[in-house]
Amino acid sequence: MTPKSVLAAVDDDAAPLTHHQLRELYTLMAAVRHLDTSAVAWQRQGIIPGYAPGLGQEAAQVGSGYAVDRTRDFVFPTYREMGVARAMGLDMVGYMATHKATWHGGMYNPLESRFAPIQAVVAGSVLHAVGWAHGQTLAGNAEGDLGVAMTYFGDGASSQGDVHEAMNFAAVMKAPVVFFIQNNGWAISVPTERQVAGGSVAARAAGYGIPSLQVDGNDVVAVFEATRSAFAHCRAGNGPVVIEAMTYRRGPHSTADDPGRYRTLEEERLDAGEDPLERFKQRLLTDGVADEAFFADAQRLAAEEEEAVRAGIADLGPRPGAEMFSLVFQEPTPALQSQATAWREESEHA
Amino acid sequence: MPETITDLRLKDNSTETAAVGVQQASMQQALNRALDEILAENPKAVIFGEDCGRLGGVFRITDGLQAKHGEARVFDTPLAESGILGMSVGLAMAGFHPIPEVQFDGFAYPAINQIVCQIARMNYRSRGTLPMPITLRVPSFGGIRAPEHHGESLEALFAHVPGLKVVSPSTPHDAYHLLKYAATRPDPVIFMEPKSRYWQKGPVDVTNPTPGTAAHVDGGGLTGARVAREGRHLTLIAWGAMVSRCLQVAELAAEDGIDVEVLDLRWLKPIDAEALARSVGKTRRAVVVHEAPLTSGLGAEVAQLITQSCFATLKAPVERVTGFDVPYPSGDLEDEHIPNINRILFGIQRVLEYRRG
Repeated sequence: MTPKSVLAAVDDDAAPLTHHQLRELYTLMAAVRHLDTSAVAWQRQGIIPGYAPGLGQEAAQVGSGYAVDRTRDFVFPTYREMGVARAMGLDMVGYMATHKATWHGGMYNPLESRFAPIQAVVAGSVLHAVGWAHGQTLAGNAEGDLGVAMTYFGDGASSQGDVHEAMNFAAVMKAPVVFFIQNNGWAISVPTERQVAGGSVAARAAGYGIPSLQVDGNDVVAVFEATRSAFAHCRAGNGPVVIEAMTYRRGPHSTADDPGRYRTLEEERLDAGEDPLERFKQRLLTDGVADEAFFADAQRLAAEEEEAVRAGIADLGPRPGAEMFSLVFQEPTPALQSQATAWREESEHA
Repeated sequence: MPETITDLRLKDNSTETAAVGVQQASMQQALNRALDEILAENPKAVIFGEDCGRLGGVFRITDGLQAKHGEARVFDTPLAESGILGMSVGLAMAGFHPIPEVQFDGFAYPAINQIVCQIARMNYRSRGTLPMPITLRVPSFGGIRAPEHHGESLEALFAHVPGLKVVSPSTPHDAYHLLKYAATRPDPVIFMEPKSRYWQKGPVDVTNPTPGTAAHVDGGGLTGARVAREGRHLTLIAWGAMVSRCLQVAELAAEDGIDVEVLDLRWLKPIDAEALARSVGKTRRAVVVHEAPLTSGLGAEVAQLITQSCFATLKAPVERVTGFDVPYPSGDLEDEHIPNINRILFGIQRVLEYRRG
């Protein structure tokens, strides 16, 4: 099923991307690649304790995140959506704060950024997206103007029951949700064929009556166009869409992972296919959209940005301990307040 | 002629109270009325769950609400508790005040991930930017000879989770006021309804949350425990359906000259430690009564709070009369599990007869 065949009816403003937009997509991908590889280095240097790399998933993340309208949509990530966050213009120091172990969920403002807090129980947030999306319907926004929730999860998370419940709920309620699956081939050490019965996650959508499509997740333009079409479908009040972006996790699951235990470098090289960044660069060159000077510039900007983010997170001190107590509730309990008092007194005496 | 404006107001109130303020109602009716008013007063309140729309809930707590407030405000969901609670998170993020229902307590287990990892943590995780004003209604505890998983006592499990608050009413009056209060709070509240009390009637004064107390004090007097019966010799501490049983026990004990105070804890988190200190500070003896299993139950928490505040004056260790450490038994054995009058009386006896070695 192609994006057009599913969504042609509502895809009427799908103008081709301008050269400016195409260059912008590349700039974003370059920034994401640089930040991502640097974050792994920061972990090795002891600047951050851990990180979940997205190497090879730049096209899937930037292409989809670029379709989000921050004035009305909302994104529900897991912990490997740095590229989406960057494409949506998040404060990346605030984003990286979660990997710095400064604060669970990140230090950015989810309401302003329209990017829900990072969390690790995969599939948990898939249901949140359905609830938020149903809220858009309940709020009575006119069809064609619905805010859309986009929820990210992987082939591994698709095994969780919450994904079934979410798809079923969304389909029954016609909630404006885009289920965006990044199938990167691996759920830590378990390959897709040992994880996903039925061949693909997208295939499951048929069981819920949800239109779905598989898209080349390494082609940023294809991902963007599929996502834009899905958003138009949802915004028009037609209910949810499932997009499965087929990509490849080129590196480890996290900086604590050792892929050498479950795949060889040769397998990695063969399965990964063409580098999405290099592939897009060649296309832009061939189409005359950008020249070498542009790419050099994009590299320079990415390096500058990475340096600024690195400095920002290096400067992030631990949060005041009192926040540990004061942010649990809107209305703290007496017991928690007395624990905070005891903690303060005992810390001062130490 | 009234001497002051205050006198006039009180006089008018008393007339009104006699006419419409106080009425006999079952807990089911009181909860239904509370939900009706919550929907009317708060356009962002939404009620949903399994069968709570057209059917009005298997216990009819949401009876008639969909017809009155529409399918957008009161709706049936697919049969999936994790879905219901996960959806609540997203609705709260979108600015709604979700009042989801889990049909029976045992069915909260499939939703524990959403309750514990998501609802309870979102305010913290988001540094206070995404409050979770969710009131989760859970028909709770046993006593109706229901099948397995239809009668559980989950209060210790919920109360142990940082980020959750837990409350359980014992009377129709409190059910009405505590639900209305819980549904206006910005934090998640697990509202445990004692299902064996749904059809018991009692006076409900909708105009005054705490008769005898100024309505504006202390959240209308709804934030802490309630002295259900004054007494001098010993305090029974209970919540939910166990409160009325403890009141029965107190009447029987009175025949033997034992003057029992009954403290209805109401809030299981936060626990009203001051009320415990006040009551047990006076009576110097305490028995905690709960349906949940003994080990690591809330009775231990209550006993510790009492020890902290009253250790020097306690005349006996705090006793516990509870359910047993067994999976909730089937209907025929239910009466053996739930503290009965005899077992509570034995508990009282142990405390009264305690002598320091």
